[in-house]
Amino acid sequence: MSDRKPIYLDYSATTPVDPRVAQKMIPFLTEDFGNPASRSHPFGWTAEQAVETAREEVAKLVNADPREIVWTSGATESNNLAIKGAAHFYAGGKGKHIITVSTEHKAVLDTVRELEREGYEATYLQPEPDGLVDIEKFKAAIRPDTVLASVMLVNNEIGVVQDITALGNVCRANNIIFHVDAAQATGKVVIDLEKLPVDLMSFSAHKTYGPKGIGALYVRRKPRIRIEAQMHGGGHERGMRSGTLATHQIVGMGEAFRIAREEMAAENERIRMLRDRLLNGLLHIEETYVNGDLDHRVPHNLNISFNFVEGESLIMAIKDIAVSSGSACTSASLEPSYVLRALGRSDELAHSSIRFSIGRFTTEADVDYTIDLLKNKIGKLRELSPLWEMFQDGIDLSKVEWAEH
Amino acid sequence: MAYSDKVLDHYENPRNVGSLDKNDPNVGTGMVGAPACGDVMKLQIRVNDAGMIEDAKFKTYGCGSAIASSSLVTEWLKGKTLDQAQEIKNSAIAEELALPPVKIHCSVLAEDAIKSAIADLKSKQAK
Repeated sequence: MSDRKPIYLDYSATTPVDPRVAQKMIPFLTEDFGNPASRSHPFGWTAEQAVETAREEVAKLVNADPREIVWTSGATESNNLAIKGAAHFYAGGKGKHIITVSTEHKAVLDTVRELEREGYEATYLQPEPDGLVDIEKFKAAIRPDTVLASVMLVNNEIGVVQDITALGNVCRANNIIFHVDAAQATGKVVIDLEKLPVDLMSFSAHKTYGPKGIGALYVRRKPRIRIEAQMHGGGHERGMRSGTLATHQIVGMGEAFRIAREEMAAENERIRMLRDRLLNGLLHIEETYVNGDLDHRVPHNLNISFNFVEGESLIMAIKDIAVSSGSACTSASLEPSYVLRALGRSDELAHSSIRFSIGRFTTEADVDYTIDLLKNKIGKLRELSPLWEMFQDGIDLSKVEWAEH
Repeated sequence: MAYSDKVLDHYENPRNVGSLDKNDPNVGTGMVGAPACGDVMKLQIRVNDAGMIEDAKFKTYGCGSAIASSSLVTEWLKGKTLDQAQEIKNSAIAEELALPPVKIHCSVLAEDAIKSAIADLKSKQAK
């Protein structure tokens, strides 16, 4: 084991807090530590001012009204609050049917599953092989009792960007509440909630160089969307989410989103160039497959399957870079990524997939090192692979009768 | 996952990687596992006229423990008679490599590969 830390290429899992963000947060831990809900002294007033400034920054990034932003502990809580909150509030009027997509984040899928246990019904749409939702299939899933639809803006594994405008317009026309999980989207794609037909949108700070443990939910005011609170207590956040506000975290999210707004155009160009450099380098390796559409995709994500190498040994081979695998095979059972399976990828290709996600602190040297590492290690593992040998001999592996065990 | 030093050694420096001529009457080939299960092992042995294994080669698609298990058995097989080879047990492989419980199936697969290669050789020689 070397003491050197691996090169970090897992920005879709989380990002480091930008040093400018960390600096801004610190005084709110030690000096300006007041409770923003304290109305009777300057400690509270200072904290409240900081919270409201941060709320404006979050709102500005997505062109919303600050009064439409509700602080939460992160995108998972935002998704829970949006989906359960709206489903509970509107079920009586409209019905108990929910539409979502099988490639959503577990925070959406598990929340919808929980509602199914409460008696709701759900349709899980399968995306097309490129990862995108077919608008006609979405329309066909709508029922008279459909109360809510939830579709993510950017997929966390394959980075594809859904056509939220088209889907939202269908929801509007059918009087369906539309929730969008945008945890992976902030700072990556332009979000204009004044134009987008979206009712509820979830955000996270730590995917955009802010701290972990803080997020927000956008709740549209015009037309007004109502949600039932999931966390009860002091009536904070206009009754939608009780709990003392974490001033330092909120300040961090505000600063992170301010930086994103000011720098994203230039930053995304730089990151796209690095991503394309990585893509071109890796495509020189034979039998590699890009997962998900490349055009409708955030600039920092690359998800590639390497055929004829096994996922866990691949991860072992590339331990000098920090990436995510499409295979949870260090656990007792082999579980290929459900997202890649939904695209129709075979178990083998799903297992041997790697998600590279590039970010603010990735350099060209990091990318070049990664390309060389992959070329070298994939070559070595294929030398070891009987499947690669059979492929080279022209054997169709799908027609082989395997001795299953 | 924390691998034992022996697994890492075999994974980093696999022994006896390669292929023997499967049409050679003195070569037995065993192929076990399935791509969908995450492991495929190909093990080949060549016996001399005295019935002793004089060479063994492997190729494995699988995790580090599967690669190490098959690499280890190629070392063990050389110099053994077929009867002695038949006696190699998965528990000995698992013990030698200090495989964790979730990786015991890798040693089972290696034992299966030995038996499959021997059976292939015997069926060839019976003809």
